[in-house]
Amino acid sequence: MARSKKTSVGRRNFLKGAVGGAAALAAGGGAKAQQAQAQTQAQVQRSGAAPVLAKEADPPALSGAEVLVEDLSGSDFMVDVMKSLGFEYLCANPGSSFRGFHESIVNYGKNHAPEFITCCHEESSIAMAHGYSKIEGKPLAVAVHGTVGLQHAAMAIYNAFCDRAPVYIVAGNSIDVTQRRPGVEWDHSVQDAASIVRDFTKWDDLPISLPHFAESAVRAYKIATTPPMLPVLIVADGDLQERPMPPSERPRIPKLTLSGPPQGDSAAVNEAARLLVAAENPVIIADRTARTAAGLKLMIELAETLQSPVIEQSGRMNFPSRHPLNHTERSRALIANADVILGLEVADLWGTVNAYRDQLHRSSRPILKPGTKVISVTALDLYMKSNYQDFQRYPEVDISMAADSEATLPSLIEACKRLINGDKKRAFEDRGMKLAAAHAEAHERVKTEASYAWDASPISTARMAAELWAQIKDKDWSLVSNSGGWPMRLWNFDKYHQHIGGSGGAGVGYGAPAALGAALANKKYGRLSVNIQNDGDLMYAPGVLWTSAHHRIPLLSVMHNNRAYHQEVMHLQRMANRHQRDITTASIGTTLLDPNIDFATVARGMGVHGEGPITDPKDLGPAIKRAIEVVERGEPALVDVVTQPR
Amino acid sequence: MRCLILFAIAAALAAQAPETKSGNAPSGNAQHGQKIFADYGCYQCHGREAQGGLGTGAPKLGPRPIVWAAFTRYVRQPTGQMPPYTSKVVSDQDLADIYAFLQSRVAPPPAKSIPLLNN
Repeated sequence: MARSKKTSVGRRNFLKGAVGGAAALAAGGGAKAQQAQAQTQAQVQRSGAAPVLAKEADPPALSGAEVLVEDLSGSDFMVDVMKSLGFEYLCANPGSSFRGFHESIVNYGKNHAPEFITCCHEESSIAMAHGYSKIEGKPLAVAVHGTVGLQHAAMAIYNAFCDRAPVYIVAGNSIDVTQRRPGVEWDHSVQDAASIVRDFTKWDDLPISLPHFAESAVRAYKIATTPPMLPVLIVADGDLQERPMPPSERPRIPKLTLSGPPQGDSAAVNEAARLLVAAENPVIIADRTARTAAGLKLMIELAETLQSPVIEQSGRMNFPSRHPLNHTERSRALIANADVILGLEVADLWGTVNAYRDQLHRSSRPILKPGTKVISVTALDLYMKSNYQDFQRYPEVDISMAADSEATLPSLIEACKRLINGDKKRAFEDRGMKLAAAHAEAHERVKTEASYAWDASPISTARMAAELWAQIKDKDWSLVSNSGGWPMRLWNFDKYHQHIGGSGGAGVGYGAPAALGAALANKKYGRLSVNIQNDGDLMYAPGVLWTSAHHRIPLLSVMHNNRAYHQEVMHLQRMANRHQRDITTASIGTTLLDPNIDFATVARGMGVHGEGPITDPKDLGPAIKRAIEVVERGEPALVDVVTQPR
Repeated sequence: MRCLILFAIAAALAAQAPETKSGNAPSGNAQHGQKIFADYGCYQCHGREAQGGLGTGAPKLGPRPIVWAAFTRYVRQPTGQMPPYTSKVVSDQDLADIYAFLQSRVAPPPAKSIPLLNN
């Protein structure tokens, strides 16, 4: 790369010259020369060069004053690229391998778009980006060490991968061995940084020049946001970050044009419509179907066009919970009675249409009756990897569209409408009335089920959901955690931002940071972000509480504190029963007792409003109300509730 | 996601279960039954009040449990997801105590009378 005169000495060359000058002075002998050598070595060390270089450098002739400063560097340009991509925030735990990039964000970029969000763990950084993406529909940037940071981040990246969520990762690294500081920088350098997460990222690159960085950074964004949306990673070499960049040599940033999402083949769409319109008992199953608010509207339009029941698997906010065609409560019976099943981005279609039994001899059987036609529309078929097995068991289907469901819905709806004549319309209206009645009955059953253990202590999860709903129902709320079941059964979900689905890979530790990331996205809309927070999950990286307080991110967290990794309690119980051994030991290694964790105190210790532990259900409503007052002032709050297991 | 389906199974089981007769249940100690309901892990899926567990496929068990014969048959040789509780790990008397605990559960007030469930 050509350089201007002022900065024509590259990082490598000016260090070499500086050391050489010191060596020449030292050769002249005397205290003055030794002092000069010591000063120069100190300068070299401050500049990040290895002292050992001083011994190996050739002694060139003395030159003018050593260049120790620069106006612009490669990392400034990297920030320009990030700004061009529209990132609002960058989440990171600080790391020396991206120190140039970090400084450029806060000074050159004025810590705005992206704004640096200080995280206490790389897993939290990634999960925040994961949660953010599901509210905002676009990636948030994350910076990590290419080695130790990426190792910390790996599980969260896997969750995002399984959840088909775009996350944009910039990993610092030091490629050139002659430029590394001795010691830790070697420990924090890696030949192929992305390799550790390549099995569960969609694309990565290691740019070796700034034009290369710009092109790959833009390409990465485009790839991440093309369905199926997935994490991507760009390695930012330390030398590339810190190398001076004269303004005249600023590379061009390529234009970003997002790809249109892939739609289903028209012939397959028409055949699917024919089956759906002809069906007597169609069932629509939605999982990660709606990517945007428009997707939710399209789902309603399809269901109402067909007067078909919808089973919500809650990977995203796909269908209103109180819509008369929401029949999630009746899913098993509906699937068993269906003559046509339409699966839209269903992550586990096989598991949906088969019953599985986890006993000593594992067994399964189809739920579907013979002859039922199964239609699948999923972008999962467009991108699959082999090592990690999140693709689930192979589902047998009759029509398979490797396509994005939300993009395919308009043509499917139109194709259905074209086939619906007057007789069909009347038949559909009759079906709709019956379904509406069944929905109402199911909702009454839910309320009755919720009434059991109503006054129990530990507090029932149904009571907790009901108490929470009473406080938020008249506000613009957003449930930024997995629904945990009861909210989706009791609350009135009818807006896209009201639910963000689950973790994807079921890696524990997702909940708290993902909720915070979603709350960060909700902040500018003034929404009340509500997080039902599992205790075991929060204990993975509780520093996320500090991040919420430091950045004034309004978030209400209500602890579902069952004092256990309860899923594992049940697994251990199953093993003990199977072996007919001591069945009273399932709590060993699976519970969070003795001492009980005082989450309110933990929260307060990190600057978050904390109340609890609450064990009497009568105390819960007032505590939630007080916490909401805090959140509505723009700050986070936590209410610790000791709950029943599920 | 599959939790919802499991729940539907549980709901179906609960709906089908005869809850009105205890059959020839031996007498049991409800207080001891409550203790071992927790110690033996029953609560893990069915809840500490036997109210049923969301996402576990485990139905509500009280206050009107299925008849004693069906209860013991299922506990010893479950046909669904429940882990088997053989006589080697749970005695017949323990089962009777648990059964007494289930019978002692108090029915909740009607859902319609609970304002928070009618929002």
